[in-house]
Amino acid sequence: MVAWTDLERVTIKDIFSKIDYEVVGPAAISRCLIVYPWTQRYFAGFGNLYNAAAITSNPKVAAHGKVVMQGLEKAVKNMDNIKATFTELSTLHSEKLQVDPDNFMLLGDCLAIVVAAQLGKDFTPVVHAAFQKFLAVVVSSLRRQYY
Amino acid sequence: MSLTEKDKAAVKALWAKISKSVDAIGAEALGRMLLVYPQTKTYFSHWPDLTPGSAPVVSHGKQIMGGVTEAVSKIDNLRGGLLELSELHAFKLRVDPSNFKILAQTIMVVVAAMFPNDFTPEAHVAFDKFLAAVALGLSERYR
Repeated sequence: MVAWTDLERVTIKDIFSKIDYEVVGPAAISRCLIVYPWTQRYFAGFGNLYNAAAITSNPKVAAHGKVVMQGLEKAVKNMDNIKATFTELSTLHSEKLQVDPDNFMLLGDCLAIVVAAQLGKDFTPVVHAAFQKFLAVVVSSLRRQYY
Repeated sequence: MSLTEKDKAAVKALWAKISKSVDAIGAEALGRMLLVYPQTKTYFSHWPDLTPGSAPVVSHGKQIMGGVTEAVSKIDNLRGGLLELSELHAFKLRVDPSNFKILAQTIMVVVAAMFPNDFTPEAHVAFDKFLAAVALGLSERYR
């Protein structure tokens, strides 16, 4: 069981109310594909990922960024049971998509950077710490069904 | 994953934009790291105050970024250029090398927050590679 303080709960909901999903999702996925190019192995059907400009302007990448944000929003709405909320998603990533789970935190790191860029000074150390804890719980839940 | 000429140029270009703020970046990054990744506090049990903005954090953050600045100037030979620092980390500080990655990520979050327009995806990948190369240089003497 994850123990969230009241401050962490408020902080996570606040972050997600402030960030623009349409910007953050696509930006985070594009960054992941650019900064950690081996992650492109999971997006073979997405068309042109040849360089940073192509990735950033790729509509399938952008669409998938929004899908990821919607997934994260489910976790925000069920913070006390992220593990159960993500059981199906974990199975999907393990059995169907066959994503190496070490990649999850690569996307998490890119998300932190994109959110930091969006929120600037508002992404204080305390806010950052709550966000990182949230990411760690999400990643752990997505790893759970791998065996 | 060695640094290409393009990577080195991108790192130097980013550094030119952020170099006036290195002390602040260092202080901020170190303070954040201790809060966001609490396991890193184990290396600083001798400090009276581990909170962001405290005197030891600010002073040490500045020292760390001094090392990164030196690494930028030695970007063409990080393995050789960082030997002394590597010996310090290997024999005296004995920092587990996995923590280099943690601090690198924290530095990049701070740079992204302070310079959102300059920390483009292209700058990000080059800087991530650079910090990974610095980490490798620091690990050189470990065993």
